[in-house]
Amino acid sequence: MATDQSDEPMISARGLTKSFGDFEAVKGIDVEVRRGEAFGFLGPNGAGKSSTMRMIAAVSPVSGGELRILGLDPATDGPAIRGRLGVCPQDDTLDTELDVFDNLFIYGRYFGLPREEVRARATELLEFVQLTDKAHAKVDDLSGGMKRRLTIARSLVNRPDLLLLDEPTTGLDPQARHVLWDRLFRLKQAGVTLVLTTHYMDEAEQLCDRLVVMDKGRIVAEGSPLDLIREHSTREVAELRFGIAREGETHEGLAEQVADLGDRVEVLPDRLLVYSEDGDAVVAAVQARGLRPVATLVRRSTLEDVFLRLTGRTLVD
Amino acid sequence: MAAPTTATAPAELTRGEALRRQVDYWATVYRRTWRGSVVSSFATPLFYVLAMGVLLGGFINGDPDVLEGATSYFQFVVPGLIAAHAMQTAVGETTYPVMGMVKWQRIYDSMLATPLQCRDLVGAHLLFVLFRLATTCAVYDLVLAPFGVYGSWWGPFAAFGSQLLVGMAFAVWVYGVSARLRSEEGFGVLFRLGVFPLFLFSGAFFPISNLGEVGSWVARLTPLWHGVNLSRMFSLDEVTWWLAGVNVSVLVVLLLLGWHWAVTGLERRLVA
Repeated sequence: MATDQSDEPMISARGLTKSFGDFEAVKGIDVEVRRGEAFGFLGPNGAGKSSTMRMIAAVSPVSGGELRILGLDPATDGPAIRGRLGVCPQDDTLDTELDVFDNLFIYGRYFGLPREEVRARATELLEFVQLTDKAHAKVDDLSGGMKRRLTIARSLVNRPDLLLLDEPTTGLDPQARHVLWDRLFRLKQAGVTLVLTTHYMDEAEQLCDRLVVMDKGRIVAEGSPLDLIREHSTREVAELRFGIAREGETHEGLAEQVADLGDRVEVLPDRLLVYSEDGDAVVAAVQARGLRPVATLVRRSTLEDVFLRLTGRTLVD
Repeated sequence: MAAPTTATAPAELTRGEALRRQVDYWATVYRRTWRGSVVSSFATPLFYVLAMGVLLGGFINGDPDVLEGATSYFQFVVPGLIAAHAMQTAVGETTYPVMGMVKWQRIYDSMLATPLQCRDLVGAHLLFVLFRLATTCAVYDLVLAPFGVYGSWWGPFAAFGSQLLVGMAFAVWVYGVSARLRSEEGFGVLFRLGVFPLFLFSGAFFPISNLGEVGSWVARLTPLWHGVNLSRMFSLDEVTWWLAGVNVSVLVVLLLLGWHWAVTGLERRLVA
C-alpha cells in the first residue's frame, strides 16, 4: 500500500453515486482533491453534500462509480482509510457523559495510540482549540462553539492526513465562527488537507482554495471562489429594495425598467439584484430614472450570486 | 501541528485489537455507572430471595418429587431466580444503553469514524454485558453458598456458566432489536409482553409441570426455561445429562444466530 506519493490525489471520485432505495442523493460526481488543498462542497440542504462526505469518510458504501481515498478503496480498506482520516461530523457526537479531556483520550484509544501518547496529544490539542481550562468540564456545560472546537480537536487526535468537516460552523454565532475559521486556517497553513461542506458562501470563500457547487446531487460548477465568481457573475451587484410595491408596480415590472442597466437582473421576494461591473453607476442610473428604492446596497459578487445564477435559487432558505 | 503521517495500517484490525482499543471506553462507563447498578444487580434480587425463597417458601412443602429434586422451596427457587435475573440484567444492558449509543448520544457514529467496525462495537458492548452478568451472578451464587443450595462442589460453577449463557442468549437478541428500533416506545412492549411473562412463567417460580401438558411444552420452548433448568439441575446436582445437552445446544444456537442478528442490525442502522 504505497499511497503517499505527493502527486497522488487524496480523494478521487469518478461517476460517484449514492442511492437510498429509489432516491438518488448523489447522481454521478467527479471530484479530485490534492494534498494540502482546502476543498469545499457548497450547496443547499439536500444537495447531496453529506452523503458524499459519508462515502469519503469510508462509512457509507458507494452505490456506483469509483472512489479512491488516499489511494485506497473504501469498500475493502475502510478501517485503514479511517485510521488516517479526521472526521468532524455535522452533529458533534461527543460523549456528554465524559469530560472534555476524556472525550479526546477515549477517542485516541480507538486509533490504537498508546495511553501516554494520547494523553500528551489531548493536552496539546486542548491548547490548540483553546479549551485547556475546560479540560475537566462536562461536555454539556460547553457552549456550541466550544463543543465544535472539541469535535475538531477530537478529529485531529490521530494526526490525520485528511480532515473532513461537515458543516463546521452551522448553528454557531458569528464570533464562534471566526474563532473556528482561525483554527482551521492554521491547520491549512500546517499542510493538513481540508475537505468541508457548507451552505455558507462566506465560509467557502474564507476557507476553500477550490470548491464544487452542488445542487440536487450533481456538481454544477467547479473552481476557485474567485474563478467561479468571475466566470458566473459580474464584479459588483447593486441590491435595490423597493419595499411594498406602489402604484401597481410589481418586482417583475420594476426589473424590466432597470434590465438594461446591468448584465443581468435577479428578482428576489424582497429585492432586485442588478449585476454589473459598476454598482454605483447602476444606483445612480436607477435614481435618474425617477425610481425610488427605499434602500440600496452596492457590494461585490459572492458565491451566493454564483449559486443563484446556476440554480435560480438562493443558497440559504 | 498535524503533520501528515506516513504510517500505513493493515486493512482490518484483528478482533482482539479492536476490542482492546475499546477497553478504556467501557472501563469509563463502568466507573460511572457501577454505583447505580448495585441496587438493581444485588439488592433487588436479594429481596426476591428473601420474599420468595424464605417467606413464601415457608408455606410450601419441600417435596423433592414435586420440586424437581429440591428438598425445600428455597433450594428450588433460587437457581431459577438467578437465571431469570441474568436475563433481566442482559435485557437492561441492551435496551436503553444501545438505543442511546445509536440514536441519542450517537457514540456509535463517532466510533465508526475510526478504524473500528460494527461487529467490533457489538463485540465490545456484549463483552461488557458479559462482564456485568459475571459479576452479578457470581456475587449472587457466592452469597447463597452458605445456605445449602448446592448439591455438589462443581455444581455452582456449571450453574454459573449456564446463567451467563442464558443471559448472553438474551443479550444478543435484544441488542439486535434495539439496534433496529426507531423509538424507545417499543421497549415497553418488550418488557411487558416479553421479559415479564418469561420471568413469571419459565419455571423460575414453580415447576413447569404445574402449567399442564400444553403449558409446560410452551414453557419448554422459551429460552429462559433452558437457562433456569440448567441452573437448577447443576445447583441441586440432579442433572439429566441428555436434557442438559439439549438446553445448552438450544442456548448456544440462539447465541450464534443472535450474534448475527445483532451485527446486521447495527450495520443496517448505521452503515447506510
